[in-house]
Amino acid sequence: MDILDLTAVELAAKIKEKEVSVLDAVEAVIKQIEEKEEKLHCYVTIDKEGARKRAEEVQKAIDAGTLTGPLAGVPVAIKDNMCTKDMLTTCSSKILGNFIPTYSAEAVIKLEEAGAVIIGKTNMDEFAMGSTTETSAFGVTKNPWNEEHVPGGSSGGSAAAVAADECFFSLGSDTGGSIRQPASFCGVVGMKPTYGTVSRYGLIAYGSSLDQIGPLAKDVTDCATILEVISSYDVKDSTSVERKDTDFTKALVNDVTGMKIGIPKDYFKEGLDPDVKEAVLAAANLLKEKGAIVEEFDLSLVEYAIPTYYTIAAAEASSNLERFDGVKYGYRTEDYEGLHHMYKKTRSEGFGEEVKRRIMLGSFVLSSGYYDAYYLKALKVKALIKKAFDEAFAKYDVILGPVAPTTAPKLGSSLAEPIKMYLGDIYTISVNLAGLPGISVPCGLDKAGLPIGLQLIGNTFEEKKLIQTAFTYEQARGKFEKKEGK
Amino acid sequence: MAKQYETVIGLEVHVELATKTKIFCGCSTEFGGAPNTHTCPVCTGMPGSLPVLNKQVVEYAIAVGLATNCSITRYCKFDRKNYFYPDNPQNYQISQLYLPICRNGGVEIETETGKKVVGIHEIHMEEDAGKLIHDEWENCSLVDYNRSGVPLIEIVSEPDMRSAEEVIAYLEKLRLIIQYLGASDCKLQEGSMRADVNLSVREVGAKEFGTRTEMKNLNSFKAIARAIEGEKNRQIDLLNEGKKVIQETRRWDDTKETSYAMRSKEDAQDYRYFPDPDLVPVRISDEWLEEIKANQPEFRTEKMLRYKEEYDIPDYDIDIITNSKHLADIFEATVAICNQPKKVSNWLMVETMRLLKEHEMEPEDIVFSPENLAKLILLVENKAINSTVAKEVFEVVFDKDIDPEAYVEEKGLKTVNDQGALRKTIEYIVEANQQSVEDYHNGKQKAMGFLVGQTMKAMQGKADPAMVNRILKEILES
Repeated sequence: MDILDLTAVELAAKIKEKEVSVLDAVEAVIKQIEEKEEKLHCYVTIDKEGARKRAEEVQKAIDAGTLTGPLAGVPVAIKDNMCTKDMLTTCSSKILGNFIPTYSAEAVIKLEEAGAVIIGKTNMDEFAMGSTTETSAFGVTKNPWNEEHVPGGSSGGSAAAVAADECFFSLGSDTGGSIRQPASFCGVVGMKPTYGTVSRYGLIAYGSSLDQIGPLAKDVTDCATILEVISSYDVKDSTSVERKDTDFTKALVNDVTGMKIGIPKDYFKEGLDPDVKEAVLAAANLLKEKGAIVEEFDLSLVEYAIPTYYTIAAAEASSNLERFDGVKYGYRTEDYEGLHHMYKKTRSEGFGEEVKRRIMLGSFVLSSGYYDAYYLKALKVKALIKKAFDEAFAKYDVILGPVAPTTAPKLGSSLAEPIKMYLGDIYTISVNLAGLPGISVPCGLDKAGLPIGLQLIGNTFEEKKLIQTAFTYEQARGKFEKKEGK
Repeated sequence: MAKQYETVIGLEVHVELATKTKIFCGCSTEFGGAPNTHTCPVCTGMPGSLPVLNKQVVEYAIAVGLATNCSITRYCKFDRKNYFYPDNPQNYQISQLYLPICRNGGVEIETETGKKVVGIHEIHMEEDAGKLIHDEWENCSLVDYNRSGVPLIEIVSEPDMRSAEEVIAYLEKLRLIIQYLGASDCKLQEGSMRADVNLSVREVGAKEFGTRTEMKNLNSFKAIARAIEGEKNRQIDLLNEGKKVIQETRRWDDTKETSYAMRSKEDAQDYRYFPDPDLVPVRISDEWLEEIKANQPEFRTEKMLRYKEEYDIPDYDIDIITNSKHLADIFEATVAICNQPKKVSNWLMVETMRLLKEHEMEPEDIVFSPENLAKLILLVENKAINSTVAKEVFEVVFDKDIDPEAYVEEKGLKTVNDQGALRKTIEYIVEANQQSVEDYHNGKQKAMGFLVGQTMKAMQGKADPAMVNRILKEILES
């Protein structure tokens, strides 16, 4: 048995049955990291010694019977925009290059309470701004399926680490598709829950009204299990929602009989790669064969989603990132004369191009005289998009479409044309604008052998319908072939 | 003939609310802790931290709004005001711009020129900033975030005031309302109440307002009055010289009694206000509003009526005592113990006021407890000490809130009620002052006073003057 072939839930079961020790699992992951990391660069920080020490503690608790959860002893990777106590947390930015928090994000605490073992912090687009993980200040991450391609982003390190078996699962964050798109590009399952389901406390904010933490995992079962562990009502996060239906694993049911699935025609128009289109429609057919009712419908507002998203997210980001000023923590420029020079120089040197672009965009749309025309208008469109989804969910249980218009692009081909890169978010961002849950499940390979993702979108608080549909599809699809020699 | 000008004044008053914890985190609001000891990730702007609204802040803000006749915004929001400064750890201040909690109110003031209503444009909630400490020796600045996140309300008046007298009357009225609510102690010197003065002048009869300036750094009512006088004259002088008033923010220097420009409108910042996405809108239900209304305390007018009925003390006393919530509280608590309203009132009106004036203190600064004042009153009542000794003891009570019973005991200040001992002393005094005895018999009343004084001196003040008088008379007449 190769430990690395196990899913997170399978591994935890083996550990519970004492067939595998926690340290065995940690050592297997460390060995894989030692082999793969130099090429792939999934991590910003790897804490081998910390993980080994923690493995022993967790093992003791499991042996003592105090840790019995479904993730006890499983090695996990955390996206580097979630605070981890006493462990470097950089957001892949020079400006936080030396930042060690004194507290952990609530989602991280939930995982630790469940006995997961943190291996390290994964690479990402700087401050989660980007779709390729190429905007990281600490180097690019490569796609484990083909190292000439990007892993997607912004949770590219988290997706690649799962795909390359450098961890058993990971946490990512999704503001406009940052979990689902890299999951799609790396052939893993990624889920963004309903806004408010996972506490944002300790998640370093990009677009506060859109950010949600979620899992990236090997299959739907792992995904549902992880989400059940990390979701919580947290009084430290005012936007946290108290819900009693977070027993997501109950929805791991292989049945879609009578499930109404809507396919937005607007998601299959020009710009969609033919291979992607074919694979996604084939997945829809498979669900139809399993008893689902599949129909097409209009969701034309989607064309306004991109300008709306980049207005709101950039506006919030421009304010959220003001605290990085060289005064209290993080990077401070060396030579400066006076306060304002220190601010300017620190931020000019500390932030990368894409972050600066969005700060400028956000500052512009919030400035006096433009606020009504841009920011307020974007909020109105956001409300209309939510309304369009409400109408769709009056008819359908689940909406089905692609995650991204293409498979993973080649390294270095995206950043030169930021607008084109932004357009790649077309299918994912309206889900964030409407606060909905969405899941990405691998559904095939393109001609070049790169993974394609199927996106399922649910109504707010209806993750269970998503999980059930995704699980049924996954069972019907069969094993998703991993890349040779992996 | 010289032109006649009218002064137009509006105020922005910041009040620190008396909550135990900060507006968006659980840190203590206590004043005076060692630097950065009342802090956490939220109030120091650490990455990933999130604000959670303190409900008590909303309740205090609504209570002040109700007491100043405002309408309450039932669906209100917080907005971010973005500006970079090291005392502001997030580089944005969480405040309210678009939907402030209270709007369109007003309070009635009374001055020598009569009664008038000063309108309140709005009241909004916001967080205070930290404090910068500039270290001249090390050539660096240090920041203390203990005050960061302390809750404030900002009360913005309409430009309805026309003189320093009206401004002071308005501020005193606001202060009294807020103190009665227990929402703040409103101490200008300590910064728990801060007023910025917006002032312009215009020719009498003009319809348009003149260009206004905003004056900051006003730490006492006296400073406010002086600043208004100074700024009014500065603007009138400019206009009389044919110059223009520039719209700007000025800083008052009270020791030099002059102001200087801090920044003009031209370099006014764009604060890029937008609703804070980390906080959910505040919805104020009918039930909540009713609950706050039901919990409003007795205000001054009601209290004055009750005092008249319940305690039967002079109107003059009632006016002074109810003019400070703290003084009124002390009065009521002391009466509750010793049941002597007139005596309590006298101690507050005479000795307390005298000492406050002497020490340049406000009634809010009083530290003595009702228990110790009541004890002192009872000591006099039971003739354990005479009134001269009582005044001395009160000074110590006023200073240090000591227990007067223990103090009198310890210092041996009790009146000597042993008639035999007193009679012996008086006989000795009479013996030693035969000239005075003769003067007395010759009808010189002053001699009697001299002999009483000598006796009190010999008794070290610890005699009951009435008893001294009686015995002395007996001896002299015998």
